[in-house]
Amino acid sequence: MKVTKETVNYVANLSRLTFTDEEAEKMAGQMDHILRYMEQLNKLDTTDVTPMEHVKPISNVFRDDLVVPSYDRSELLKNAPNQENGAFKVPKIVE
Amino acid sequence: MTILKYHQMLINKEISALELTNLYYDHIEKNDEQIGAYITLCKEQAMNMANRAQEKINNQQATYLTGIPMAIKDNICTKDIKTTCGSKILENFIPPYNATVVEKLNSQEAIILGKVNLDEFAMGGSTENSYFHKTTNPYDNTKVPGGSSGGSAACVASDMAVYALGSDTGGSIRQPAAFCGIVGLKPTYGTISRNGLVAFASSLDQIGPLTKTVEDAGLVLNGIAGIDKFDSTSSNSGISDYTVNMKNDVKNKKLALPKNYLASGLAPDVKQSILQAIKVYEKMGVTVEEVDLQFTDYAIAAYYIISSAEASSNLARYDGVKYGYRSENFNNLLELYKNSRSEGFGEEVKRRIMLGTYVLSSGYYDAYYKKALQVRTLIKGEFDKLFETYDGIIGPTAPTTAYGIGEKTDDPLEMYLGDIYTVSVNIAGLPAISIPCGFDSQKLPIGLQLIGKAFDETTLLQLAYAYEQEVAK
Repeated sequence: MKVTKETVNYVANLSRLTFTDEEAEKMAGQMDHILRYMEQLNKLDTTDVTPMEHVKPISNVFRDDLVVPSYDRSELLKNAPNQENGAFKVPKIVE
Repeated sequence: MTILKYHQMLINKEISALELTNLYYDHIEKNDEQIGAYITLCKEQAMNMANRAQEKINNQQATYLTGIPMAIKDNICTKDIKTTCGSKILENFIPPYNATVVEKLNSQEAIILGKVNLDEFAMGGSTENSYFHKTTNPYDNTKVPGGSSGGSAACVASDMAVYALGSDTGGSIRQPAAFCGIVGLKPTYGTISRNGLVAFASSLDQIGPLTKTVEDAGLVLNGIAGIDKFDSTSSNSGISDYTVNMKNDVKNKKLALPKNYLASGLAPDVKQSILQAIKVYEKMGVTVEEVDLQFTDYAIAAYYIISSAEASSNLARYDGVKYGYRSENFNNLLELYKNSRSEGFGEEVKRRIMLGTYVLSSGYYDAYYKKALQVRTLIKGEFDKLFETYDGIIGPTAPTTAYGIGEKTDDPLEMYLGDIYTVSVNIAGLPAISIPCGFDSQKLPIGLQLIGKAFDETTLLQLAYAYEQEVAK
């Protein structure tokens, strides 16, 4: 299936990105080219092969539930692009 | 000069930690304008650390890393020192904590000279994707240093640091080491804590050293490896000294040479050097046998699906709210997210996020992502089987030597194909090392890659050391 500009815009929204028309056109061509290359995997029969998310077969790694010092709020807010009253500041989201 | 030699000079009081640190800042001042390896220098902290290091040396408490000036890839968090990931989106980010590896270096009074350049978020193979500047290859300033740990490789090769740390998700330590003529070690997944390494593809990322010699790589590994409560995927290998077998005879060891590693696409000069290296091993009594490794032909496709999928998820945290770049241009929260991300990320990073989101999206998940994870099982199974018989796998690190700056930037797929020999190692979580094995007709360095069994870095270092010593004779 060919990657169209519409597909790019759909995926861009899921990715929280925006592209100009020209950029979307270019991205469509490049994604199409790369995804076509990836389709060579279809040459392999993987029926009954278990997918491997991770090479290390771990399930849960437990630790004791201990109270330890946390980061200082002002320290963490130093990197915030905008802040007010000890909180991150964002545009109003509830009318 | 190596860690080992400077360590001996420091403990013999032939040089002080402060003198050594100043010497390296002199090197940086002289050479970095041309090379462009560093993004940030932290001279004040380094000088303070040099004084602490000297105290340790005077009290005879020095480890091999104490007082040795080094550099850190700028995707590894350093408290109070800017950590940019080579990205506009983190241009002014100052971490409130140290990565575990940095804590380990600090506890040994290692001298951090500064933070070095990389492809944005470690995505790329030439360091051309850095938001800040290009880094040039110390052997030829018209060529790339490789990537993504291009700054790490270039600063070590030009002696602007005794050694450096890099990160390797699909070859990002080994390929720049090969392009810059130095040693690059990607340890087994889980050997070194990833805590504080800014995540790109969490199931593939691993920190490792770039050094001038194999022995130095072992010494750095000794200083930074180990299980960490802040990284639940880290492992206790039970090894306290990775150099313990390094100087042992390699006679009767067995190496596998995958037939497709020498197939078409490999530059003739590189092929010649690898064949020459195989002869060196055979002369030392190592058996080298040709084997089939059919699934690795599919490794690049699987790798770019898996790594992009994980990246699209990991990079969702850059939202212009908690830290990092925020666009000035928005009317609501959605626009804040979209514009901050679109203005803050570079082209390659956006391409990976898009590919990753696509392969994870409903309707394509099974065809791409699940398929790639199944192929991952096949690739790992094939390696596991080989290691029942062999001590290591031998081949080239990269299909070519360093290419020209700007030569491959127009074709992303062409750039991806350069990772052919390195990505399968990350997919299977194995350790691998790139060591210098000669030069091509343009006098550019060639890298030999050795792949080892999981958690058997001791044998990998032994094999690499034997070759290094043999060709130095």
